[in-house]
Amino acid sequence: MAEELVPVYIMGKRYDVPPGLTIMKAMEYAGYRLVRGVGCRAGFCGACATVYRLAGDYRLRVGLACQTVVEPGMYLAQIPFYPAPRAQYDITKLQPTFATLVSLYPELLRCLGCGTCTKVCPQELDVKDIMARAMRGDIAGVADKSFDCIMCGMCVSRCPAEEAQYNIFILARRLYGRYIAPRAQHLAKRVQEIEAGLYDQDIQRLKSLSNTELRQLYNSRDIEPE
Amino acid sequence: MEWDGKMGYPPEMRESIKKVEATRPARLHETFPMMSPQEKEDILRRFHPDYIASAFREIRIGPNKGDRTPHELADLLEGRPLIDPDALDLEQIDYDTDVLVIGGGGAGSAAALLAREQGAKVIIATKLRHGDANTMMAQGGIQAADKENDSPAIHYLDVMGGGHFVNDPDLVEALVRDAPMVIQWLESLGCMFDKEPDGTMITIHGGGTSRKRMHSARDYSGAEIMRTLRDEVRSHPEDITVLEFSPAIELLMDEKGQVAGAVLQNLETGEHLVVRAKATIIATGGSGRLHYQGYPTTNHYGATGDGLVLAYRVGARLAFIDTMQYHPTGAAFPEQILGLLVTEKVRGLGAQVVNADGEQFVFPRETRDVEASAIIRECVERGKGVRTPTGMVGVWLDSPMIDMIHGPGTIARALPAMVRQFARFGIDITKEPMLVYPTLHYQNGGVAIKPDGSTGIPGLFVAGEASGGVHGRNRLMGNSLLDVVVFGRRAGRAAGQRAKEARLGRLTLEHVRAWNQQLAQAGLLETAKPSPQVLPDYTRKIR
Ligand SMILES: Cc1cc2nc3c(=O)[nH]c(=O)nc-3n(C[C@H](O)[C@H](O)[C@H](O)COP(=O)(O)OP(=O)(O)OC[C@H]3O[C@@H](n4cnc5c(N)ncnc54)[C@H](O)[C@@H]3O)c2cc1C
Ligand code: SF4
Ligand code: SF4
Ligand code: FES
Repeated sequence: MAEELVPVYIMGKRYDVPPGLTIMKAMEYAGYRLVRGVGCRAGFCGACATVYRLAGDYRLRVGLACQTVVEPGMYLAQIPFYPAPRAQYDITKLQPTFATLVSLYPELLRCLGCGTCTKVCPQELDVKDIMARAMRGDIAGVADKSFDCIMCGMCVSRCPAEEAQYNIFILARRLYGRYIAPRAQHLAKRVQEIEAGLYDQDIQRLKSLSNTELRQLYNSRDIEPE
Repeated sequence: MEWDGKMGYPPEMRESIKKVEATRPARLHETFPMMSPQEKEDILRRFHPDYIASAFREIRIGPNKGDRTPHELADLLEGRPLIDPDALDLEQIDYDTDVLVIGGGGAGSAAALLAREQGAKVIIATKLRHGDANTMMAQGGIQAADKENDSPAIHYLDVMGGGHFVNDPDLVEALVRDAPMVIQWLESLGCMFDKEPDGTMITIHGGGTSRKRMHSARDYSGAEIMRTLRDEVRSHPEDITVLEFSPAIELLMDEKGQVAGAVLQNLETGEHLVVRAKATIIATGGSGRLHYQGYPTTNHYGATGDGLVLAYRVGARLAFIDTMQYHPTGAAFPEQILGLLVTEKVRGLGAQVVNADGEQFVFPRETRDVEASAIIRECVERGKGVRTPTGMVGVWLDSPMIDMIHGPGTIARALPAMVRQFARFGIDITKEPMLVYPTLHYQNGGVAIKPDGSTGIPGLFVAGEASGGVHGRNRLMGNSLLDVVVFGRRAGRAAGQRAKEARLGRLTLEHVRAWNQQLAQAGLLETAKPSPQVLPDYTRKIR
């Protein structure tokens, strides 16, 4: 099936590529052997943030190169790295409070609420709202709402207040996970039991079984119902 | 916007979807029978990629001489080193450290943190960015026997059975004993596991588990673990230096026969860097990007099996490198996401696997190897697959059934990442099925290790997907994330301890010279492929 190629402009230079490719594959088709701007190729790692414009449209758009299909006349450039400040901390010495967030990221309070970050987030997170939660000290809310953040840096690149949103978010998630979410009691108990050697005998017994005996045991083991 | 490109299913495929829709009401009440043990064995032999003899060959030189492995890996193991030992000045040391960790995924990050706890100065050298790794991509979860009705011994039995009883028992013991400790460590670092309001871990079944012990963090389990470990590494810049875009391309040894660091290559400038280290940990992950037998893969861009090549050249033995895991449901359409993982959860929620005529042909929750083989048989032998415009073939995973079984909105709630993924290409998986075909997922084997990650080569440790033995011939879902953290920590601790005592001699690349000689003697030097591969080459090839 002969396909019409579509023109795309990679950093201003025209290439004709088959329609339907992702930006990433289009770049490879054009001859790029990628080093930067590529990681998981599946929308999980945030390595491939790309900005683009479409013909006849003034708006600047963003997308993940591995997840966005090329369109004719697309003008694009990757932003594989964007410098964002990260505060230094020892998670074991913090408190899960608003004061912690602000002392580590004082610029948090400079957020204008403009919403540019929400507009550019390829994960469709309401970044502005999450920042507002951070400014209220709602650490649980930040942790919950920012969970799908892949730390691609697009919000940082466009923020007029020069915030480091994703670094604030991961701090909040770690504070939540360590201090606010209740610890699993059954887990602590099991760790103690193991350390006390409670299961050593059972495991040694299994290790001493012949292959046939082990198979028999395996095939007759009871399975917890769904 | 005018443009609709190749969005959604083309008319030919829609014809088949109509048949799937036509049989759906009846299928909702049908259960396809599970295969008998005999049938399973038979279908594996006839259709599983591991049994395609022509796809494998014997390795001709090195510690695993005579063992079988896929051609693609054999070619690299018998490869020609990228550096010329006579052209590199080893007196000029760019970095001197206690512990060098090669690979910034889950295993490497855990190892670095534990080596640091031993007082070591650590360098992590990684190929792409820190965290651009298979660990980041795991969705399903991580196993640990921490519930009342479960125990490390029960977990042990599951792991052995899953691996076909050939796993290294000492490694399995380490895996299951450490598991609860590891989950607790991650919890204390701030990992947000799914919990009940009282803190009880929410755990579910995975393929081959006899207890519900799969812990998750929504469907970003690996990402949550990876970014937490990465953030913790970043909290110790005085002790841990991360060198990104700096893959190791050869190990260094000293005159006493110890591994003593590595030669890195700056991917951007091409410059070689000499790192001298008292202990070295390979944590380079898997090799899906070698596309064994032409399969697409779920793996990240850097999964090219480099660590196996480096370890092999200093004399380390590899184990179980004749078995790879093919996930039964990789995306077969659209082309843009070919090979991408469609999580097991879709079948777990009731979606059936059906052919071009809308008929079931396999129980949807067979083990991964059996399920994959049945899909291959349906397409290859029976010709009942669906062909895509680019010539791929696949079968339907009938996702809309899920909402019919569990109520409208279930798919959107339980599989948001999947819905988003397909919606980007104009496919609504709540209304239309997904086309799937097996995809290359996991390297079951790797460098043989001891429970402390050591390899028998002084100074060399290996952890994570690059190692082999703990999973035997088949890894169960959720045991790999576990393996990565358990053995990453163990290797890190052991390497940190070793660094306190090790005394290095003069650095040498004598092993590279010796390797070249072996190649020459076997008559392979001329034809040998340069290795490690470092990056796949997709220029003008669409994958
Ligand atoms: C899509 C997907 C889903 C999965 N789901 C699950 C799941 O639900 N549960 C589960 O338990 N397991 C799952 N797995 C498997 C599991 O995620 C991996 O096996 C595991 O995370 C591997 O960890 P690792 O640290 O060994 O390797 P990786 O995380 O892959 O890290 C290896 C690192 O080494 C780097 N590297 C490679 N070569 C070099 C070199 N020459 N020099 C320097 N650095 C190098 C790589 O770039 C990478 O950063 C999944 C895997 C995939 C791909
Ligand atoms: S772009 Fe910056 S200033 Fe604007 S809402 Fe987002 S964080 Fe605040
Ligand atoms: S919040 Fe920012 S860093 Fe996170 S995914 Fe959205 S744009 Fe990317
Ligand atoms: S390459 Fe990882 S998100 Fe695109």
